[in-house]
Amino acid sequence: MSERIDVRRTAKLFIAGAFPRSESGRTYEVNDHLGAFVANAALASRKDARDAVVAARAAFPKWSAATAYNRGQVLYRVAELLEGRVEQFVSEVRAAEGVTAKRATAQVTAAIDRWVWYAGWADKYAQVVGSSNPVAGPYFNFSVPEPTGVVAILAPQESSLLGLVSTLAPVLASGNAAVVVAARLMPLPAVSLTEVLATSDVPAGVVNLLTGSADEIGPWLASHAAVNAIDLAGADEDLAIILEREAAGTLKRVLRPTREDWKTDPGLQRLSQWVEIKTVWHPIGG
Amino acid sequence: MQVTPSLAPPDSAALLGVGSSQTDLRRFLHSLPGVDQVGAEARVAALGTRSIKTTAKAYAIDLAIRMVDLTTLEGSDTPGKVAALCAKARRPDPTDNSAPSVAAVCVYNDLVGIARQHLAGSEVRVAAVATAFPSGRASRSVRLLDTSEAVAAGADEIDMVIDRGAFLSGAYSKVFDDVVAVKAACGTAHLKVILETGELQTYDNVRRASWLAMLAGADFIKTSTGKIAPAATLPVTLVMLEAVRDFRAATGRIIGVKPAGGIRTTKDAIKYLVLVNETVGDDWLTPALFRFGASSLLNDLLLQRQKLSTGHYSGPDYVTLD
Amino acid sequence: MSFEYAPAPESRSVVTIESSYGLFIDGDFVDPASGAYFKTINPATEEVLAEISEANDVDVDRAVTAARRAYERTWSKLSGRERAKYLFRIARLIQERSRELAVLETLDNGKPIREARDVDLPLVAAHFFYYAGWADKLDHAGLGPNPRALGVAAQVIPWNFPLLMLSWKIAPALAAGNTVVLKPAETTSLTALWFADICRQADLPAGVVNIVTGGGETGRALVEHGDVNKIAFTGSTQVGRAIAAAAAGTSKKLTLELGGKAANIIFDDAPIDQAIEGIVSGIFFNQGHVCCAGSRLLVQENVHDEVLAALKQRLTTLRLGDPMDKNTDIGAINSSEQLGRITELANAGDSEGAIRWSPACDLPDRGFWYPPTVFTGVTQAHRIAREEIFGPVLSVLTFRTPAEAVEKANNTPYGLSAGIWTEKGSRILQMAQQLRAGVVWANTFNRFDPTSPFGGYKESGYGREGGRPGLLAYLTTGAER
Repeated sequence: MSERIDVRRTAKLFIAGAFPRSESGRTYEVNDHLGAFVANAALASRKDARDAVVAARAAFPKWSAATAYNRGQVLYRVAELLEGRVEQFVSEVRAAEGVTAKRATAQVTAAIDRWVWYAGWADKYAQVVGSSNPVAGPYFNFSVPEPTGVVAILAPQESSLLGLVSTLAPVLASGNAAVVVAARLMPLPAVSLTEVLATSDVPAGVVNLLTGSADEIGPWLASHAAVNAIDLAGADEDLAIILEREAAGTLKRVLRPTREDWKTDPGLQRLSQWVEIKTVWHPIGG
Repeated sequence: MQVTPSLAPPDSAALLGVGSSQTDLRRFLHSLPGVDQVGAEARVAALGTRSIKTTAKAYAIDLAIRMVDLTTLEGSDTPGKVAALCAKARRPDPTDNSAPSVAAVCVYNDLVGIARQHLAGSEVRVAAVATAFPSGRASRSVRLLDTSEAVAAGADEIDMVIDRGAFLSGAYSKVFDDVVAVKAACGTAHLKVILETGELQTYDNVRRASWLAMLAGADFIKTSTGKIAPAATLPVTLVMLEAVRDFRAATGRIIGVKPAGGIRTTKDAIKYLVLVNETVGDDWLTPALFRFGASSLLNDLLLQRQKLSTGHYSGPDYVTLD
Repeated sequence: MSFEYAPAPESRSVVTIESSYGLFIDGDFVDPASGAYFKTINPATEEVLAEISEANDVDVDRAVTAARRAYERTWSKLSGRERAKYLFRIARLIQERSRELAVLETLDNGKPIREARDVDLPLVAAHFFYYAGWADKLDHAGLGPNPRALGVAAQVIPWNFPLLMLSWKIAPALAAGNTVVLKPAETTSLTALWFADICRQADLPAGVVNIVTGGGETGRALVEHGDVNKIAFTGSTQVGRAIAAAAAGTSKKLTLELGGKAANIIFDDAPIDQAIEGIVSGIFFNQGHVCCAGSRLLVQENVHDEVLAALKQRLTTLRLGDPMDKNTDIGAINSSEQLGRITELANAGDSEGAIRWSPACDLPDRGFWYPPTVFTGVTQAHRIAREEIFGPVLSVLTFRTPAEAVEKANNTPYGLSAGIWTEKGSRILQMAQQLRAGVVWANTFNRFDPTSPFGGYKESGYGREGGRPGLLAYLTTGAER
């Protein structure tokens, strides 16, 4: 009895809801933690980054205008779909990170729970960070958080799924669109996540995934005038400085890399990082 | 705004192509731009900080005196009281001949003859409140009779009240017809139409009532009877000034404005004059087009006038109490 | 005869200006190590008011060192309740000395005394009152229990609202428990130096507030100082970019409040008389030296002529001249450099084919002046529709539908403020939602309040000042750092 040969998956980019190869035609070899070949991932180019930004920009108006209830439902749906594929993700995280089944499972379930946590925040955070302001005059004055726009995320390099979800979900919860650069050495859980997103209710273009080198793509995203903000979680110290400088050219909101334990309660920090407080004044008169 | 030529005498409604039917009036009045209360009040507050000093103050005080409709409208009014008021109107400051006369004396219908008699030979005009002042709650025939009697007794000016109930219930054509009828009864007397803005309450209503009165033939629009609080206010007067400004632009006719009631101090009066100056300009800075309906204001103007001419503060015993 | 307002000059005898000023470091006025001074002038007369110290790296280091020491030894040890009392004291002292401060502001800045007195000073005091009350309530600010101050804040402020911008910076910083080194703008140092005296009267511990005067190099030395934990800057987008770039790789937190090119949108159903006032205060308040000025007037095309006629009529009543006269509406341009920038951009409006209009007005012979100016026939492609002029120059554009208004309003790299004028409530809310600007004024313009967060989208900067967000800009969670 001969052993069945696996049907392997081609790992592709995820842009505007489609799965293209890199326009450059380049790939790079992805190995598991033991060094064994797993796949050739697309090595995204600056043009792929540009396409991803265009897609995110195009998706932003509708996604940001969706009701918070709707965004919450969409994010919850992602959790629902992930729940059915725990086994796949556990195996991919194990392969990528070399952790035990138990720890991989803990990470995958934590990632699912994180989607649920942010799904719940979608229609609540405005009540926590917004306000009605008692100005000294006959004006009704209120402040509401609004999504910043297109957020580029350099996903954490060390946490292939939980770190990714922990940076992506807060960007989406408030109505931003995202361009994500996956962890370079372990992009496959991210690629699998896009396959989940593609079949979820997340509109095309709201999440775009680039696999490859943050060093190569990062500067293009950091300097791109149509990107409003950048999460440097996956940048090393040198890259972070370069990208922060680049980002200053168009005054992007920058979240510097910090040492994070992705398993802990994320709090509101990331969620409030990608919103703009808008204050509206109106006279009160008869 | 469409200005349609008309062969009719200065009938402003026709001039503007506005019919006098209920539907036409409603459509027109409700097409006027709204007034934002806070913005209007903020504008007035800003103008209220104008600092009017020295020569400007002297000019303003004399102008304000010349604009006063010296008023007594009490149940206790008598011929003696009116006679005293007329004397004061002719010569407000017996110690200073350079103090000008006021614009008019304003009394009830039955005292017009007395006022006429005591003002004979002077420039001071006689104004009568008519049309069942202050409520206006009488039949049209009673109100017209009230008017024609006052005119017959020698009134130069008639201060009528509008039917606020009719206005607030949306019966614009009723108010319009009232004003047209009273205007006819006035003959050559000037007609001031009192809107009683304290009862209209909103600035949108003030703007609409102003236009309604002007369309119907008012020569002046006046804020208040003085019997309802609040009487004249600066923001209400601002809205009325904007109305006469816009009405002139639309029709070429120039209408006067009279805030009445609650204006007691020189400081107040100067704020009104600043408002006139910066809203409609010089053209309205004349007693022919702007009046103060007031009584105690005059003495404060005189006290301030004395201060300016003598350089020291005056006191209440140095102005006459009538 | 017409009603001419006689001169009504505010007395300048309420302030005594010394011939020269040192730096306020560690509770004392000290001579600058640089030994350098520059002159500050009254822009309305070009009269020299005083010589101001020009702080160099050494001076800045002394100031930061003093602030660090005060932070470590006194200010961070003090309970919120006690910090609050200092801030309340400061607020009261400002109220007590507001006439003096208003006069000084007008002399040094050129703004009308009416605005310094009725807008700037009341807001300055209010800002300190508001944040004073936060000092002992930080646990309720939204960062969880025991949030911490950041440390030493480097603050650089502009010349358009000198003391008001100082209050926006210092009040929340001190309430949150930070110490500060503040650099006022080169042309408007005086009220900040007076504020130093208010700190003295309040018995504020030495080093909690330090004032270093100087130009761009002083500012650079301050924000780039290695021992600074927080940078708060209000000024041009160009300098904001440089600061953001210089802060890369540090742990300094940033708040940047930068330029703007706000659209003030007038619909055909606007309360027209108030809209005209809103247009006027939107662009001519403080000579248009306002980052959130409504410098792009978007008028619905079907009321363009009517609005322009009313606006021009209104502008003829503006009174330009001596800022110390209580009846002046438009004062002096703050500096000859700024006058040059305004002139250059407005001339670009002419050469690009826009139509210029100004009311008849005599400009004084001495000092820096620019008449209220309206450009019609402006399109999105004109420089005067895209670049911040920071002067009394209005560019008028038209639109046909709400969607077009939003599109044009948002079509700028800036996003600080916007105005909407319509009596239709649902449209106000839709526009307010769609405009990408940090402050949206509906049926009003240029209103400010300490409780109301202020700050921009996009290249207008980041972070908010005012309200709870303004406090959070100076705090970190117990866990961070």
